[in-house]
Amino acid sequence: MSSITREEVAYLARLARLALTDDELDALSAQLDVIVGAVARVAEVAAEDIPPTSHALPLTNVARPDEVRPSLPVEAVLAAAPAAEESRFRVPRILDEE
Amino acid sequence: VTQVASDLTKLTAVELAAAIAAGDASAVEVATAHLERIAAVDGKLHAFLHVDADGALAAARAVDERRAAGEPLGPLAGVPLALKDVMVQQGVPTTCGSRILEGWVPPYDATLVRRLKAAGVVILGKTNMDEFAMGSSTENSAFGPSHNPWDLDRVPGGSSGGSSTAVAAGLAPLGIGTDTGGSIRQPAAVTGTVGAKPTYGGVSRFGLVAFSSSLDQAGPFARTVLDAALLHEAIAGHDPLDSTSIDAPVPPVVEAARRADVRGLRVGVVREFSGEGYQPGVERRYREAVDLLTELGAEVVEVSCPSFLYALPAYYLIAPSEASSNLARYEGVRYGYRAPDAADVVDMMTRTRGTGFGPEVKRRIILGTYALSAGYYEAYYGQAQKVRTVIAREHADVFERFDVLVSPTSPTVAFKLGERAADPLAMYLSDLLTIPSCMAGLPGLNIPCGLSEGLPVGLQLIGPQLSENALFRVGHALERALGFDYVPERLR
Repeated sequence: MSSITREEVAYLARLARLALTDDELDALSAQLDVIVGAVARVAEVAAEDIPPTSHALPLTNVARPDEVRPSLPVEAVLAAAPAAEESRFRVPRILDEE
Repeated sequence: VTQVASDLTKLTAVELAAAIAAGDASAVEVATAHLERIAAVDGKLHAFLHVDADGALAAARAVDERRAAGEPLGPLAGVPLALKDVMVQQGVPTTCGSRILEGWVPPYDATLVRRLKAAGVVILGKTNMDEFAMGSSTENSAFGPSHNPWDLDRVPGGSSGGSSTAVAAGLAPLGIGTDTGGSIRQPAAVTGTVGAKPTYGGVSRFGLVAFSSSLDQAGPFARTVLDAALLHEAIAGHDPLDSTSIDAPVPPVVEAARRADVRGLRVGVVREFSGEGYQPGVERRYREAVDLLTELGAEVVEVSCPSFLYALPAYYLIAPSEASSNLARYEGVRYGYRAPDAADVVDMMTRTRGTGFGPEVKRRIILGTYALSAGYYEAYYGQAQKVRTVIAREHADVFERFDVLVSPTSPTVAFKLGERAADPLAMYLSDLLTIPSCMAGLPGLNIPCGLSEGLPVGLQLIGPQLSENALFRVGHALERALGFDYVPERLR
């Protein structure tokens, strides 16, 4: 089992949009190594021909009638947002200004 | 706190509902007694993150008015309840124990909350929990831990530790928790309360903040099996707003609990769940309870379930993977906390999540991202999903020969605050015995079965999907035979 490096944790944190401090990167790479070592035991179960289970219930594609129903009032939803403007969620700049 | 008020907080839900229906106490008096008790003792326990006194008293007044008008009252009308802060309630702050949701006031009710309100249940407030339900002690709450009413230096279990604390300490006769890997049963075990994890899909999750969607399930806490059965019937049943909700009749668990008969019942004792790592006092109380089942007329046989030992590693791949996806929604845009002064939107999201989430949540997001990432997906997440199939099949095989399985609920009594906080793997092992049934979507019930060194020990019953009747029947029979006193010794 290859050990999990600090750089690898930093890469995972970027994928997960998670700002981590240097101390957190150090702690997490050490802990993740131990945890992954423990959970890797799943490999001991012979399961080549076993189908995966994503879900304990035999449910697929539950649909409802395609009817318009009342939704939450826009003001009530936006009231919970950190920033809103003109009936929309307001966010910092996404694209560079050209 | 007056004598009468203190007496009201010692009654069961059944007794309180009867007193209210008979006019011996008003719902407002019952709510007031519990609110006073919270005000008097919760400074030490920290069961609640938010107490909604006005809302509770308004709900209680409505029950009293319905009674005065001669309207029929349901079996839980006027009974107070402690709600885990993972369920949304309109107009009441919901944090999931996280800074990232601090200050968020949901604009709608969870289906479970709507059902509680329709039943006349009086919701006292929102209870403490490990952040996003990740933990076994409430020590991962961003707002500080709860304290076990049996010993304030010990944890009340988790993640639903605020609800277990509230029910054990008489702050509420009923509580709601959620169980993903054991978060109802383990806190119930270490606080001497009854905790029921329904069949996956048995109780609607509309308005339950998601942690691991293939596993999450809400269910009751109570001090007696009959109270838990009444609460189960109030909250269970199909909900078109939850696509994983089972469209089948709710098992009549109250009637089943009242039968309290185990004669001829086939009970399997899981062999793998004893030995090294199990406290002798826990094993002793558990074995005594199993012997009692034989005396009561059950057929008790030991059974080996080797795949169950692989449930914990599979769970710690599946649950973090699902969490890393579910928690992507906390990005500082639609609700809760946003980090200030961001350069751009990615910077805002990254810093919001970096400062809004606590250490355990970050650990699980990174672990889940790792397990799902290219090159590791098949070996970790894919293999864990196959192991889940093996575990579900072994359960199905075993339930051809047995009606229920028994084991201890937790290998140990409540541990000390701080004891496992620095060692994630030691904390994860707290749920060793409750995870296998979660992997197969099965219902489980914790029953207090005595004390070891003055601390509660729990026995776990597991049955096939929608076998809640058998669990509540056996649970009530055992409860009667054991005669466990659910009032913590230091509060008697």
